[in-house]
Amino acid sequence: MKLYCLSGHPTLPCNVLKFKSTTIMLDCGLDMTSTLNFLPLPLVQSPRLSNLPGWSLKDGNAFLDKELKECSGHVFVDSVPEFCLPETELIDLSTVDVILISNYHCMMALPYITEHTGFTGTVYATEPTVQIGRLLMEELVNFIERVPKAQSASLWKNKDIQRLLPSPLKDAVEVSTWRRCYTMQEVNSALSKIQLVGYSQKIELFGAVQVTPLSSGYALGSSNWIIQSHYEKVSYVSGSSLLTTHPQPMDQASLKNSDVLVLTGLTQIPTANPDGMVGEFCSNLALTVRNGGNVLVPCYPSGVIYDLLECLYQYIDSAGLSNIPFYFISPVANSSLEFSQIFAEWLCHNKQTKVYLPEPPFPHAELIQTNKLKHYPSLHGDFSSDFRQPCVVFTGHPSLRFGDVVHFMELWGKSSLNTVIFTEPDFSYLEALAPYQPLAMKCIYCPIDTRLNFIQVSKLLKEVQPLHVVCPEQYTQPPPAQSHRMDLMIDCQPPAMSYRRAEVLALPFKRRYEKIEIMPEPPPRPTQPTGGKKRKRASDDIPDCKVLKPLLSGSIPVEQFVQALEKHGFSDIKVEDTAKGHIVLLQEAETLIQIEEDSTHIICDNDEMLRVRLRDLVLKFLQKF
Amino acid sequence: MPEIRVTPLGAGQDVGRSCILVSIGGKNVMLDCGMHMGFNDDRRFPDFSYITRNGRLTDFLDCVIISHFHLDHCGALPYFSEMVGYDGPIYMTHPTQAICPILLEDYRKIAVDKKGEANFFTSQMIKDCMKKVVAVHLHQTVQVDDELEIKAYYAGHVLGAAMFQIKVGSESVVYTGDYNMTPDRHLGAAWIDKCRPNLLITESTYATTIRDSKRCRERDFLKKVHEAVERGGKVLIPVFALGRAQELCILLETFWERMNLKAPIYFSTGLTEKANHYYKLFITWTNQKIRKTFVQRNMFEFKHIKAFDRAFADNPGPMVIMPGYCVQGTVGHKILSGQRKLEMEGRQVLEVKMQVEYMSFSAHADAKGIMQLVGQAEPESVLLVHGEAKKMEFLKQKIEQEFRVSCYMPANGETVTLPTSPSIPVGISLGLLKREMAQGLLPDAKKPRLLHGTLIMKDSNFRLVSSEQALKELGLAEHQLRFTCRVHLHDPRKEQETAMRVYSHLKSVLKEHCVQHLPDGSVTVESILIQAAAHSEDPGTKVLLVSWTYQDEELGSHLTSLLKKGLPQAAS
Repeated sequence: MKLYCLSGHPTLPCNVLKFKSTTIMLDCGLDMTSTLNFLPLPLVQSPRLSNLPGWSLKDGNAFLDKELKECSGHVFVDSVPEFCLPETELIDLSTVDVILISNYHCMMALPYITEHTGFTGTVYATEPTVQIGRLLMEELVNFIERVPKAQSASLWKNKDIQRLLPSPLKDAVEVSTWRRCYTMQEVNSALSKIQLVGYSQKIELFGAVQVTPLSSGYALGSSNWIIQSHYEKVSYVSGSSLLTTHPQPMDQASLKNSDVLVLTGLTQIPTANPDGMVGEFCSNLALTVRNGGNVLVPCYPSGVIYDLLECLYQYIDSAGLSNIPFYFISPVANSSLEFSQIFAEWLCHNKQTKVYLPEPPFPHAELIQTNKLKHYPSLHGDFSSDFRQPCVVFTGHPSLRFGDVVHFMELWGKSSLNTVIFTEPDFSYLEALAPYQPLAMKCIYCPIDTRLNFIQVSKLLKEVQPLHVVCPEQYTQPPPAQSHRMDLMIDCQPPAMSYRRAEVLALPFKRRYEKIEIMPEPPPRPTQPTGGKKRKRASDDIPDCKVLKPLLSGSIPVEQFVQALEKHGFSDIKVEDTAKGHIVLLQEAETLIQIEEDSTHIICDNDEMLRVRLRDLVLKFLQKF
Repeated sequence: MPEIRVTPLGAGQDVGRSCILVSIGGKNVMLDCGMHMGFNDDRRFPDFSYITRNGRLTDFLDCVIISHFHLDHCGALPYFSEMVGYDGPIYMTHPTQAICPILLEDYRKIAVDKKGEANFFTSQMIKDCMKKVVAVHLHQTVQVDDELEIKAYYAGHVLGAAMFQIKVGSESVVYTGDYNMTPDRHLGAAWIDKCRPNLLITESTYATTIRDSKRCRERDFLKKVHEAVERGGKVLIPVFALGRAQELCILLETFWERMNLKAPIYFSTGLTEKANHYYKLFITWTNQKIRKTFVQRNMFEFKHIKAFDRAFADNPGPMVIMPGYCVQGTVGHKILSGQRKLEMEGRQVLEVKMQVEYMSFSAHADAKGIMQLVGQAEPESVLLVHGEAKKMEFLKQKIEQEFRVSCYMPANGETVTLPTSPSIPVGISLGLLKREMAQGLLPDAKKPRLLHGTLIMKDSNFRLVSSEQALKELGLAEHQLRFTCRVHLHDPRKEQETAMRVYSHLKSVLKEHCVQHLPDGSVTVESILIQAAAHSEDPGTKVLLVSWTYQDEELGSHLTSLLKKGLPQAAS
């Protein structure tokens, strides 16, 4: 059994498991941090961005100044942003039988895999994962396609040139494989290959392997997967949460008795407590708005935003913010808010009971009804006429490289009254802000990552007791920035096996058993063909030595054996003692039987009748296996 | 002999009071717990004393499954769990769990408040009963205990209706509940995979009818409504608040929109409005089209259809009203049953002049649909419930002819017993399996095959291992049984030469076997050892000692008889 590791990003994994002649891809996350190296795509012409100086080498050579621009000491690629794909060369991806998706964040590379590698298999995911995943892809495609950029930079990717660039560009990996965003057509085609599954549904793959999604508690429809045969079990844990937010709680019990547990998608901010962060988020938001400033929250259109809106719903009246408008701007804002209300079966118990009343499970329905929350597909159109300040704007993309958020950064960045609050943990906020420097607006970093932290992981591992743990290498050492924090790593026995991008791991697995079914009665022995000619020669037929005779066990009590011999008409029996046992002599038949604890040896003349008689007598005292 | 036993307590050759007991693999499951619309006495509920006369039902039933929220499938549930006494799990889908208590409460109100029945279940009992419910997802495999598992499939029919597969080991039963094989305007079609159950228990409401196309019925209905409205008349459509009401609402709404009609449409029970909310929140259970478009427009938010208020009753002009289902004893029921003169309160006699029309929109599978489902699931046998005996008889014949499977239709209280031949799953050690595979022939999953090994049964764990491994695991030593036979040969030559002759002879005869001449002068055939020795008395005779173990017996005894015939003279 082998694990091919196609992604080095611990929270956006892409691994391929070969198990019992099936090839199973576990997630296909898309590393979007590569976009941080690019200049933002403004919705409206930004004089600041277009007037940034070109970057030149130390010796003054400026041949790259069309491709690279400099902003406050950082260098950015002036081109359509590109994404870092999972490894496509390590394994022939057309041999992948199935792709298992664990949550909507971990499927963003799906179109690249299903549309361009000769993939012909099936993708399995839950319904909320597919619906919200579609929204995320739609938003991404929309953000990038609505601001077409003529320029496409490729010169800088040349290995010899990349060496000369300042970091982080110099250190960017696999730049030659970076790709532009897919199209909506590719998204639709990729999504059409998905088969919907429910939690605890057992899916048979070719009768060899069974896969089952389990609730992972992290997002709507998010799942961990069990991949098992009748005697082996691999658990794939990806993006799980033990906190009570909106999704159904994590199913831990079903992960027990795994031979191997692949652990990915832990919290990216292990030192931050999500509850504390939400509190800080609310108080900073209130403070800014009270001072007449605007609040910008760069976010994804689904996920934590539901929890934030719920917190604000409880908070705004007590904080005296009832007159402050909340805007949610995304091409999929409406869909996201609507979809969140119809997945009752995938929600936590409290929200489920609300649906039974029947009431919408999320209070943002009420925020919309009372006009406190308004949503728009983009800042063009209705929004511009409704727009009132001070206000709070939720919009994407959290990388600050594309989407409506770019406009608000340009618009509000110059005033220290305004605040941008980062809640999504996927991007370093300092890097995200780099192309907007110098910036007057306040920046608050409240990353809310509800995924498992290391304390929860060690508790989980103690409880489910996997024989082996496999995880990305980042989890086997403390984070580089906090190298003294030995508690911020996975601690288990035996030590976790770690992987990095483009590595192949042989999993410590010994298959011992396979399932078969036996019939209550043995089938009739295949009868020999009995043609007349054949029968005559039957004695000449060479016997098939492949017919297995049973093994024997036990020992032969001499006295009883002799009695049995006598009973069967043997006379003149003499017994001699030897060092290891006895010798029984049948003088009349010129036969000698050596009997020892673990062996019996019959030495006789070539008399088949006699031999068989003696054999049957011996066998009576032995057990057959 | 293992068997599956099925006993309907209700719905056996009858429609209503669905309640079927199934015993499978030592587990007892109750399917549905319905009431009968046609009775007001004890017969309205299933006779649970059949399960046990004294003692808790919990001890006799492993679980209860409710297929959907219609009262003829769940109406007796609070009586069963709270008044008779059952504390085990009750499984149903989420929408059923949401809507079921509302219908039960409604039913209770009519029975107690309107009809004044005593000794009926209370509101608290409904609540307590619902606490025992475990909600299931579609296709989720629910492990009731270590051996019993159930799985829900989409059934169409009404919101949240499901078919259930009940499985113990390799034996399984599928219960369809009520289902619809053709998608309608708000629900999808029932679907099941080729799960090959031992028994399929299917409803057979429309066992003999093949209904005309749905479009014709819809067109007919709309035409009649339209004509009445055009005449300036009022249309009353008594329809059950959940399910068909939504179907007709969507139908009327789209028609009104297309024809640009202005006449108001009202639904009169509060229940329908609430019901629409459920449909909005459980949109994932509706059909493809509604699910796809719900963000742009939720089909259950009606523009033309409004809640009815008593004050509208005397409004002039045309209107369409959808009052709730007409329960027995109501004016509506009397009119529907054809009464043309009504005696109102205060002895006033009213003549009925309105036209009364019947139209069937119920969402059950017709004969074609039932056959289709049987074809999909490929059961070993079929059992019919929820239908009239006469019609069942017809369908039974048809199923037996077309699918060549036995078909049953027990009456209430009658037990059907099906013998099953369960397979015995065992774990075979990979070593043994590989040894088998090495002998050529890959195992064919569909054909039995003979192989030798030792079956070790520990706890409930069956393992098939090689004999060697079994001896080792059990800590037993192997007992070697060896034979040595003396074969006398007439040969004056030296022993070495005799051995050489034996070798070349055997080599030429036993082409398939490995024959070797060892340096010490002995000859081996596979693991059989042949040594030549001089005869103690007769120098012209040599003695061949042929030695083999019990495991090589066939070959050993074959060799001795071969050698006994002597060696060919021509040998050099």
